[in-house]
Amino acid sequence: MNAELDVVYESSLQFFGKMNASISHEINNVLAIINENAGLLEDFAIMADKETPIDPARLKTMAGKILAQIKRADTMIKNMNKFAHSVDERIKYVDLNDLLELAVALSNRFASMRGITLELNTPTNPLFITTNNFFLENLLWQCLDFSMDAAGQGKIVALNAEMTENHAVIRFSQLNGLKAAPGMVSSVTMTEGLLDALKGRVTTDIEAGVMTLTLPADINR
Amino acid sequence: MRILLVDDEEELVSTLAERLAIRGINADWVTSGEEALKQVENEHYDLAVLDIKIPRISGVSLKKKIQAKHPGMKFIFMTGHGSEDDFKAGSKETGPEFYLVKPVDITTLIDKINVALNIRGDVL
Repeated sequence: MNAELDVVYESSLQFFGKMNASISHEINNVLAIINENAGLLEDFAIMADKETPIDPARLKTMAGKILAQIKRADTMIKNMNKFAHSVDERIKYVDLNDLLELAVALSNRFASMRGITLELNTPTNPLFITTNNFFLENLLWQCLDFSMDAAGQGKIVALNAEMTENHAVIRFSQLNGLKAAPGMVSSVTMTEGLLDALKGRVTTDIEAGVMTLTLPADINR
Repeated sequence: MRILLVDDEEELVSTLAERLAIRGINADWVTSGEEALKQVENEHYDLAVLDIKIPRISGVSLKKKIQAKHPGMKFIFMTGHGSEDDFKAGSKETGPEFYLVKPVDITTLIDKINVALNIRGDVL
């Protein structure tokens, strides 16, 4: 294996670990909330034993909160499962919309920690491409990571995608911080080789605050 | 005794505050570092329970900022993240005995609060 591919695989492992740590952190938060609500139910049961009246509406609200957390964890686990299966096939025919939705779902906690909102605008029609699914997830994360740094005061990163005849074009916009610090562009540190492996290219329009990732519609061609 | 709970998971801190209130502990809660700083300016607290990872500021930085203005206040860290780096940073600030991993048992939390505030016996 050559040195460039070594770097790509090392970056992929780091990315895989980072996302799994984030998902497990979120699931742990859900468990902590369920733990507190179960504890409160137990407290109410003890109080009822001591003849303190408990409002049934209160119990209904708590049951609703527990169900909402279970639904939240279910969504996380589905995303985790989808992410884990993205390494099953090296090259895959995928809907880019699904991939972007997953990338945003995986990045939302990181965005929230930085006070950033991710706005994904996907078209209703599917955007099918043939690509290395997992490498693209990694590259999308790296683009989002940079975009969050470049969001500036607006604190929003908008994403949209479209197909041209032979390419998929993904735009990261509202990067208002680029204009204030144009030198940031030189600090874009995409993993060496990842863009090559995906046959993609990244361009930036500092004035417009847009970064564009262009990928071939079919990596095999 | 007055406690401030800081965690970006509102459902967690609000329920925890209610459970502490049932046990006679007066606890307020906020969901961001900014709100926490505002809250300690307006109210007196003996101890703060801080999530180690909250949006826009780390729990360790928040603790340092609060402590600079309220040197007598005590702190307990809570985390859902078991990373080695977080443990080192958090336990360096409070001592490992005041670094709790979620989900936290309420009896353990109250024991830690009592130890931090040098209170003897159970608070109920």
